[in-house]
Amino acid sequence: MCYGRTWGINVALLTLRNIETYYGPIMAIRGISLDVESGTIVTILGANGAGKTTVLKTISGAMDPQKGSVVFADENITAWDPGKVARLGVGHVPEGREVFPFLSVEENLRMGAFTRRDGASRVQRDLELVYDYFPTLADSKGLAAGYLSGGQQQMLAIGRALMLRPRLMLLDEPSLGLAPMLVKEIADIVVRLNKEQGVTMLLVEQNARVALAISDYGYVMEVGRIVMEDTCERLAAATDIQEFYLGMKDQGVRGRRRWKQRKTWR
Amino acid sequence: MELVQLLISGISQGCVYGLIALGFVLIYKATEMVNFAQGDLMMLGAFIAFGFINVLGWPFLWGFLATLAVMGVVGVTLERLLLRPMIGEPPFAVLMLTIGLGFILRAVAGAIWGYEDKTLSTPYGGGVARWGEISVGYENIAVVLGTLALCVLVFVFFRKTRVGIAMQAASQNQLAAYYVGIPVKWIFALVWAMSAMISATAGILVAPLSLINPIMGFVGIKAFAAAIVGGFGSLPGAFLAGLMIGIVEQFAKHGLPSGLEGFSETTAYVILLIMLFIRPEGIFATMQRKKV
Repeated sequence: MCYGRTWGINVALLTLRNIETYYGPIMAIRGISLDVESGTIVTILGANGAGKTTVLKTISGAMDPQKGSVVFADENITAWDPGKVARLGVGHVPEGREVFPFLSVEENLRMGAFTRRDGASRVQRDLELVYDYFPTLADSKGLAAGYLSGGQQQMLAIGRALMLRPRLMLLDEPSLGLAPMLVKEIADIVVRLNKEQGVTMLLVEQNARVALAISDYGYVMEVGRIVMEDTCERLAAATDIQEFYLGMKDQGVRGRRRWKQRKTWR
Repeated sequence: MELVQLLISGISQGCVYGLIALGFVLIYKATEMVNFAQGDLMMLGAFIAFGFINVLGWPFLWGFLATLAVMGVVGVTLERLLLRPMIGEPPFAVLMLTIGLGFILRAVAGAIWGYEDKTLSTPYGGGVARWGEISVGYENIAVVLGTLALCVLVFVFFRKTRVGIAMQAASQNQLAAYYVGIPVKWIFALVWAMSAMISATAGILVAPLSLINPIMGFVGIKAFAAAIVGGFGSLPGAFLAGLMIGIVEQFAKHGLPSGLEGFSETTAYVILLIMLFIRPEGIFATMQRKKV
């Protein structure tokens, strides 16, 4: 599903330039620049604590960067209020689902449309659309979201972000803690939403195999920096990625692990 | 017949506790802060109503609505000026702040309106309804009806309106509320306004029964006990517990031997203690359910 990148024409929907974000005195993002082209799926890979989630939070406005700029659809949204960013069409699906546990499934979805002002009938139509994509949610409309299974909660979180009619969806670890079959189901839906609804996706994943399989372009993060970026085809073929993220071992002639000879990895 | 009589006066007293407890729980659920000035907000509401109705001579209904409006503004102002800068501070600091706020409100009310007991004049004051041997003051009926109406309003607001559901959403998962674009800060201010308005309603309803004075807000402590008995986090629980405390208190006042009636004042705390022994999570346990 990789078709590479159309260089030269500037169709970036989202552009990050030299973003630096801190948690108090701790620098979590050390100068990141990335582009997300309209209509693509872009993934950010990286280990725990690499700063992937922080990048998404900085985009959606939950955290403000110290330096740098976030431009979405030709609008400089750096340090905007999350509500304003959401209204512009950025749907954030946070890590660990984060549904409203005591609200019903339908109320959860309707809350996703909180910022919309384009009339109840359109919201209703999108509600039907979400139920089309996630039939399991339609079956449990009236149930409190806290009683759903992990996979259903993940679907609910994606559906809730979809209710914004987003142009860009920020997906934070959608496969976290899910059974492999569900991971595949969610991945398929992400691809379908991208193709059928034209939602651009920025996907943060630790499950690199799935992420590389469905994405067009990938960035690799290490301790707050981007250390590698390429089309996911080429990333999947890169030896570093194969070793660190796909778990393939590449042994040299003398039986030594290749990375042991390297002092730094950049 | 005497029992029915006691029950009715217990219910009307309990309604007042229930309303103030509702105010506690609203603020706690949404912002995880405990507002110990809740009773004093009730006192302030009663005094403001007194100002409009008795001093300025407005008709009761207009005075009542104007009081609600003023208290709404007071609630939003308190949240903006005092509580919002406290976000992220330890809970104990917030607690001290609201206790201090209570002192200030009492002093301000005393300075403006004085410390003598005042009576709020109401269109229904003094009347008595009789059914056979039972006689009930109109004031008591007004408390019960007013409380019922308010509970229905609050219920419909939380179940049916977009803002009400958003309020629940913000209290259940603040982070997710931010992400879907719910204006959480604005919602918090609204919660304070609602809580202040509910307390003011309680103050106006209770004013004809117990007189208005700067220390009438101390019933807030009993209401706090009610909020804990109810599960601190459950609106219906808080209200039911308030009702229960009110009723038991009336019966205790009647049943205790003469000379010891004063001990009926401790009813709320006795119930609280018993509750903490047998069911520490309260009538409606939200703490447990939060782990879903």
